[in-house]
Amino acid sequence: MESFDEALNIRPHGRSVIEIQDITKRYVMGEEIVHALRGVSLRIHRNEYIAVMGPSGSGKSTLMNMLGCLDTPTSGHYQFNGKNVAEMDDNELAEIRNREIGFVFQTFNLLPRSTSLRNVELPLIYAGINPETREEMAARALQKVGLADRMNHKPNELSGGQRQRVAIARALVNNPSFILADEPTGNLDSKTGGEIMGLMETLYQQGHTIILVTHEADIARHARRTVHLRDGLIESDDYLPLMETEFVISSP
Amino acid sequence: MRRFIYEISESWKIAVAQMGSNKMRSTLTALGVIIGIVAVTLMGTAISGISIGFDKSMAIFGDDVLYVGQWPWKRVDDWWNYRDRKKIKTEYAEPINRMIAATPRSNLTVAVPTSSVYRSVKYGDGEVNNVLVRGTVSDYVITSTFDFKEGRFFNELESRGGANVCVVGYDVANALFPSASPLDKSVLINGQPFKVVGVISRQGTFLGLFSLDSIVVMPLPAFQKYFTAKSEADILVKVTDKTKLAEAKDELIGIMRRVRGLSPEKKDDFSINEQQALKSTLDPIKNSIAIAGLFITGLSLFVGAIGIMNITFVSVKERTKEIGTRKALGARRRTILLQFLIESTALCLLGGFIGLALAFLMCFLIGVGFPSFPVHFSTDLVVVSMVVSVLTGLIAGFAPAWTASRLDPVAALRYE
Ligand SMILES: Nc1ncnc2c1ncn2[C@@H]1O[C@H](COP(=O)(O)OP(=O)(O)OP(=O)(O)O)[C@@H](O)[C@H]1O
Ligand SMILES: [Mg+2]
Repeated sequence: MESFDEALNIRPHGRSVIEIQDITKRYVMGEEIVHALRGVSLRIHRNEYIAVMGPSGSGKSTLMNMLGCLDTPTSGHYQFNGKNVAEMDDNELAEIRNREIGFVFQTFNLLPRSTSLRNVELPLIYAGINPETREEMAARALQKVGLADRMNHKPNELSGGQRQRVAIARALVNNPSFILADEPTGNLDSKTGGEIMGLMETLYQQGHTIILVTHEADIARHARRTVHLRDGLIESDDYLPLMETEFVISSP
Repeated sequence: MRRFIYEISESWKIAVAQMGSNKMRSTLTALGVIIGIVAVTLMGTAISGISIGFDKSMAIFGDDVLYVGQWPWKRVDDWWNYRDRKKIKTEYAEPINRMIAATPRSNLTVAVPTSSVYRSVKYGDGEVNNVLVRGTVSDYVITSTFDFKEGRFFNELESRGGANVCVVGYDVANALFPSASPLDKSVLINGQPFKVVGVISRQGTFLGLFSLDSIVVMPLPAFQKYFTAKSEADILVKVTDKTKLAEAKDELIGIMRRVRGLSPEKKDDFSINEQQALKSTLDPIKNSIAIAGLFITGLSLFVGAIGIMNITFVSVKERTKEIGTRKALGARRRTILLQFLIESTALCLLGGFIGLALAFLMCFLIGVGFPSFPVHFSTDLVVVSMVVSVLTGLIAGFAPAWTASRLDPVAALRYE
């Protein structure tokens, strides 16, 4: 696999930081057993841009939760930065979620009564960063997503696109390696969705690894690698040819 | 550690914001705690008031005085064995004092006979009924704990000679001489004039049952001449060193047995009593009143705590998605647990503060309206009720906070 990657030389290099093997996830609902994932293997390097696609119910969100250390697989092996996730306790998982992963949700999930600034500060509180630095970092993150003038607004005083940008600022404020976005544009119109994708592109350019779930081919086109899921299995895992990648990068 | 502090301060802010945005709900929930704290605090003040009154009442007996009497100061099941005992007589004082004087390094100082009746006391048009009239000797003042508002106790000369002099209690003086000083005036008891030489300062009531200020004390010979020829009495014996009360008691028992002429095989036919004995019989009663009172009022606090628990469960339920989000952002179980514990505690503390303020106000009003009612508002009580509030919050909030901390992040995020 490694040699294959290197031979083609069209994929991002670097240490593989996420490696899952034969991951399955079963849900037992009374009599019925739902197989959300049936044996998924993936290797994700630093600074990749991956779109996860597939029909509804194919297990995309389940996979994302697994990658984000929010959920534990029924079987299979998950290594994060060379460490076995199954052996981590709740505190270690919380630590990884806090420092290594930034989540962006379809429904934004902002705290309704807190200002943008306070929302963005949240991961920093859990990271134990002092109040002054916290505020500074949060303000900078908001600036990055173009909301410098909306810091003291509460979510209900913001548009959907702005809310999602606050959520993105929150996801990147701790400078995580991974940004996991489950249908980040699902609740937005296509223009606003385009803006959010522009933001994702920038984050990718800055070295973050982006994994995003989407239904729309338009959105998926931004990614350099597309994983198709069907019935809990990987149907295809395609990399964009180098030239096209460069074309995307150079296009505005 | 630093992170822990940030988490706590963050949780406080959330808790305060939460209360602020749910004012009505928070107030109603806190009401349970408010009522609980008011009830517990008022009961506490009443108990400590009663307890202080009790100790004050006990103090008038003096902790260095032994009382020789027919009956013991405790409940007896075989009362018939005591009923037929010979009476204690005033005359015993003399041989007791002689034996004390004859004993080298005696543990006893002096024996004082007292004998009492109830009579009316008059002055001019004024009259006070049911006054305790007590005949005794001048040494009585040594065995007593009272102070003088004015004047003095009768002296040895007056005591021996049975002069028509007396010392009056605060209530008697106030009733008969509302504006003037009673000193050197003569009050009439049984038609006999007695010149007032002293006024005892206010003593209060004994366990709130009867006034200790409705009293007249006079020399024993005069008392026996005008009121009763019978010499039934209590003998008060002051001890030298109150830390050696047991030895003193043994010595007094020996003396009394000699006075009574008891042969060694005979049982004592008198009782030696002391403040401590009375206390130890009354203390359990006092304590069970306190426990019952606190238990009953504690129930209201318990109901308040259930309200807090309930509202915290509601809060956890409502904010399930928020809990999921926080976990996704790196909150640990501990963080979530702490957040809801602090929320319930903050609510209880709010209730505690308001309750305490109300209780304080009520105590103040009771104190103004009914000065004799024993309420005592102490700083201890403030500390105790704050501690109780915090504990209530922690205990009531624990189950919901624990549930919240254990929520599966994915399930919480999916929750609508
Ligand atoms: N908590 C759960 N209990 C039972 N079944 C579940 C649970 N979570 C997911 N599933 C099932 O697992 C399967 C995969 O769900 P998942 O949410 O991963 O799909 P998805 O690809 O994200 O779909 P969509 O595009 O609609 O979001 C579905 O059949 C779903 O019903
Ligand atoms: Mg999904």
